[in-house]
Amino acid sequence: MTRWLRSFGAFWYDFIIGDDWRGAAVVAAALAATALLVHVASVNAWWLLPIAVIAALGWSLRRATAGKP
Amino acid sequence: MNSLALFLTVFVACAVEAVEALTIVLAAGVTREWRSTLQGMAAALAVLAVAVAVIGPALTLIPLTGLRLVVGALLAVFGLQWLRKAILRATGYKDLHDEGAIYARQVAAANAASREARRGVRDWYAFTLSFKGVLLEGLEVVFIAITFGGNQQNLGLAAAGAVAAVLVVAAVGVAVRAPLSRVPENTMKFAVGIMLTSFGVFWGAEGAGVSWPGNDAALLAVVPATALVALGYVALLRRTAAARRATTVPVERSAA
Repeated sequence: MTRWLRSFGAFWYDFIIGDDWRGAAVVAAALAATALLVHVASVNAWWLLPIAVIAALGWSLRRATAGKP
Repeated sequence: MNSLALFLTVFVACAVEAVEALTIVLAAGVTREWRSTLQGMAAALAVLAVAVAVIGPALTLIPLTGLRLVVGALLAVFGLQWLRKAILRATGYKDLHDEGAIYARQVAAANAASREARRGVRDWYAFTLSFKGVLLEGLEVVFIAITFGGNQQNLGLAAAGAVAAVLVVAAVGVAVRAPLSRVPENTMKFAVGIMLTSFGVFWGAEGAGVSWPGNDAALLAVVPATALVALGYVALLRRTAAARRATTVPVERSAA
């Protein structure tokens, strides 16, 4: 049962998150920061998530290509 | 998002997955036997239909803001994954997705496997190969159709886009009886990655509480902006790779 649960979790992790978990972490953090800015500081931070996603993609690509010819 | 954009996005995304599933089904059917292969395919389609029947109506019960936050986050993460792979493929850092080569590998593996009847299925290998291929690729189809349809509150149209894509690919597959290696799959995946990421960002931010300037019309800026950024990364990585090769080759030559 434990093994089945582990492989089930591994499947969904690979399905949604894939090779680089940092992208998912950046998206989650950016969404949390956006919600805080909107609901606590009353800032309409529509620009935050696009910037975070662009940065996350660049970071992930840099890591994937570093040291490769 | 208008109905045509919803239909086309789901159609293209699902067509890509259907092409990949077709390669596996063809390899199993041609190399092993069609009856067990089609049984595996039917079993996978039944599981997917149950998933749609359960998840689809359940989505309509979730408040739209919460749905957009969760689905937007999932789509943004999922889209980033697609876009990352597509950019790495476009710049040569990852091998291009080649249906012909995948088909050849599947055929070789299918030829090597032994034949065994199990649970009323004549060829268990053909059954499981087909079942797994259709189920895994189909899950992506279901995920995309349900998230897009649920967010636009038009699951019927999203499902129609998905079914149309599967039917078109199946019809072409039956007609040519070969993997669809001429389909520009890598380009399609690049486009789908842009759409998934753009809609994920749009819905995710909306779910977090922002009001986009221009409301839905903001998508007309978000999608091209995402495409421009992705193409910019492709250009940058190509230039970096060329510069690295240019500095590496003279060193290798002088060492020789």
